[in-house]
Amino acid sequence: MIIDELKARFGADNIREQKTSDGMPTAWVNASDILRLLDFVKNGISKPYKMLYDLTVVDERHRQYRDSMPAADFSVVYHVTSYGRNEDLRIKVALHGEYPSLPSITGLWANANWYEREAYDMFGVKFEGHPNLRRILMSQSWKGHPLRKEYPARATEIGPFSMSEDERTAAEEELVFKPEDWGLKRKSEDAEFMFLNLGPDHPGTHGLLRLILQLDGEEIVDIVPDIGYHHRGAEKMAERQTWHKYIPYTDRIDYTAGVLNNMAYLMSVEKLDGIEVPARAQIIRVMTGEMFRIISHLLWYGTFAQDLGQISPVFYTFNDRERVFDIISAITGGRMHANWFRIGGVAQDLPKGWQQMVLDFVKYFPKSIDEWDKVIMSNRIIKGRTQGIGVFNTDEAIEWGITGPSLRATGFGWDLRKQRPYSGYENFKFDVPVGKNGDCYDRARVRIEEMRQSLSIIEQCVKLMPDGPYKSNSPLTTPPTKENTTKDIETLIHHFLNVSWGPVIPAGESMVQVEGTKGSNGYYLVSDNNTAAYRCRVRTPSFPSIQMVPYIAKGYTIADLLAILGAVDFVLADLDR
Amino acid sequence: MAIGFIIVGVLLLVVTIAAANIYIERRLLSLWQDRRGPNRAGPFGFLQVPADMIKIFLKEDWIPPFADKAVFVLAPTIVMLSILFSFALVPFAPGFQVVDSNIALLFFLANSSLAVYSIVLSGWASNNKYAMIGAMRGTAQMISYEVFMGLSLMGVVMISGGTFSLREIVEAQRGMWNVVPQFVGFCIFMIAAVAESHRAPFDLPESEGELVAGFHTEYSGIKFGMFFVGEYLGITLISAMIVTLFFGGWLGPAFLPPFFWFMLKTFAFIAFIILLRAALPRPRYDQFLGVGWKILLPLTLLNVLITAGILLARG
Repeated sequence: MIIDELKARFGADNIREQKTSDGMPTAWVNASDILRLLDFVKNGISKPYKMLYDLTVVDERHRQYRDSMPAADFSVVYHVTSYGRNEDLRIKVALHGEYPSLPSITGLWANANWYEREAYDMFGVKFEGHPNLRRILMSQSWKGHPLRKEYPARATEIGPFSMSEDERTAAEEELVFKPEDWGLKRKSEDAEFMFLNLGPDHPGTHGLLRLILQLDGEEIVDIVPDIGYHHRGAEKMAERQTWHKYIPYTDRIDYTAGVLNNMAYLMSVEKLDGIEVPARAQIIRVMTGEMFRIISHLLWYGTFAQDLGQISPVFYTFNDRERVFDIISAITGGRMHANWFRIGGVAQDLPKGWQQMVLDFVKYFPKSIDEWDKVIMSNRIIKGRTQGIGVFNTDEAIEWGITGPSLRATGFGWDLRKQRPYSGYENFKFDVPVGKNGDCYDRARVRIEEMRQSLSIIEQCVKLMPDGPYKSNSPLTTPPTKENTTKDIETLIHHFLNVSWGPVIPAGESMVQVEGTKGSNGYYLVSDNNTAAYRCRVRTPSFPSIQMVPYIAKGYTIADLLAILGAVDFVLADLDR
Repeated sequence: MAIGFIIVGVLLLVVTIAAANIYIERRLLSLWQDRRGPNRAGPFGFLQVPADMIKIFLKEDWIPPFADKAVFVLAPTIVMLSILFSFALVPFAPGFQVVDSNIALLFFLANSSLAVYSIVLSGWASNNKYAMIGAMRGTAQMISYEVFMGLSLMGVVMISGGTFSLREIVEAQRGMWNVVPQFVGFCIFMIAAVAESHRAPFDLPESEGELVAGFHTEYSGIKFGMFFVGEYLGITLISAMIVTLFFGGWLGPAFLPPFFWFMLKTFAFIAFIILLRAALPRPRYDQFLGVGWKILLPLTLLNVLITAGILLARG
């Protein structure tokens, strides 16, 4: 047990264990120990925790139900993962004061850089020794730290927004890139570098992403990503929407993966309130989730080819994407933002005749994939553009917090659906496709194979689909089943309250990860026994992926950068939230 | 007097074809891409091109304040002019040709080299980094591919009895089209010609998705329209040249008039060039130049050598 190992090393008094709803080992440690302790879990123990999965902050000042937790104004939460143990560890540090600080761990993990910047931006917590502790999602001149409890969540709580001419000029001025701020040189010994703004509006960035390239001719010397253009404060909204009303917001995090976001969020909620989801609902979740995996991968596939200058495949893949959307809309009534899962189940039962629709698609789709293999993946120009480009190995991927297909493309077959089965994935037979070289081509290959596996899972869903309720009978199920509301007062009261106020989820903390389309999607929820989350942390795979782009793209050309971005598969809403 | 009619006739013809190409390309692409394409303006979308033209003519003629104005305006006209000059030499049918010159082929090559100025100057005058990179790529690409574009035609000249006149080259193909003895030359000319007209997949100076719109990023309205039409004139020209040089020009069975044969073959190649765009991804800039210098150039020289050898052996 990792907590015991920590106690043995750092003294039982310095490690304070906390019980959480998700059962993840959680320990509060002293701020002075944090560097040594994280170094120990990363480098000092057997089966080490090599990956920094997430780093975030909780504003503890208004939290009521704190049980045995040490007093704190803010707590910094480190979430590290050990692949050897197949286990996660949560380390918390209690901080005191209005704008507290603690040592930076950027020396330990490369990907801590952006996470610490985000924590600083959102909470004002300072990380000493961070090489570039500046705002990352908000603009540099922003006042206040949005996720602090005193910061208003509604526009009506602050005055009307206005921007004077001077302020606007200043804001535009602030966007001018100054290489010196980032420690970049304007000249080398023999050449002057060109600084090229790729974005925020650029056809190759798939949304509002700004990459500032330091170029020597067409060769990339360095890249400074500037993100936050798509930041909508999704985490803040969770603190004022009820648990139930927040579901549609999750759809829009990784907006290409629809219900897979619902899945991560709701499984986390269900850990907090202990609802058992009935088998039929679980399989409906798996089936629609896998359909969205195909939908997301199809979107990626077409745009990937387009990034490489092939203009036709995007239409072919979008046509097939429509076929899946037809099934999705027959089941859910929605398309990209299906908003279909509910606390304790799904919104409604499957429609009549769903089997035939699904089976038709299962029969049709493999031929399509084979055809595009010939059109896209076998094309020698595509191979020339992607093989050996943007290479990283498993260790680098873990160091940077990369999960999902990009991690598997390095040859490491880690898939949450296999390694930590959830929602009944243990009942399905499927393979975890892996790559070999960790280049752009392998990343593409892995995703294409994943579509075949998803299709096989969907086919098995049709066979395995049990009868039974599509929603749990628990009183916290939202909306609760309606049948008995006219028969007994208890059900009526629950129904009334859950629909008007929303369910009150018992106090606790939980983090659930699901295998999203782009990597591991995680929702870290803190409940304070209220109708809304006290803190909702959305950990997304696009964030570390984009953070890693400068590291893998150095030394390649602009054209290669577009291939690398295309193969990363990111979504801007997933990056900025 | 007659020459005047021919000049006006050729001018109207090629400009109409260029405009029609916009429609043809969009319809063909939509066919190959499983979608409908423009079908709203007029029957079958025929009025799409007039609609586009009205739009582009009425758009604000805007020159960015940071651009070099004189050069910025000059650049798009060069591409139009240099291509239109070349059309003066194309023998559409016996007697339907503006000039039958004995240096026609050289004039065509010279004009296609001039077109590169359009890209260089527009990229330079725009004072924009993307345009600049596009222009740099365009220059390198044009210079590389020009070399063996000219050389790939030397075989044709040799087997046509050493003439540079396009009419005589067509006449020389009465027995057999040049594409048979000069298949290698044809393939290389085809690739080089598509590269010269910077069409996809060799649209590296433009590279939408990498360089936004490359050399014409800053252009809009009618000046962009000239680049646009210039591109379609370009495909029409290279299709016409391929037909003239390798596929017997206006020659064909007598049940159709010669002009019709010429047009039929030309449109077949226009469609093929559009198919290339629909099918192929864009190679990387250095890969593309590498293929040119390392594979195509030696192949071209070998082709010239072997053709010359065979001709010598036959005496």
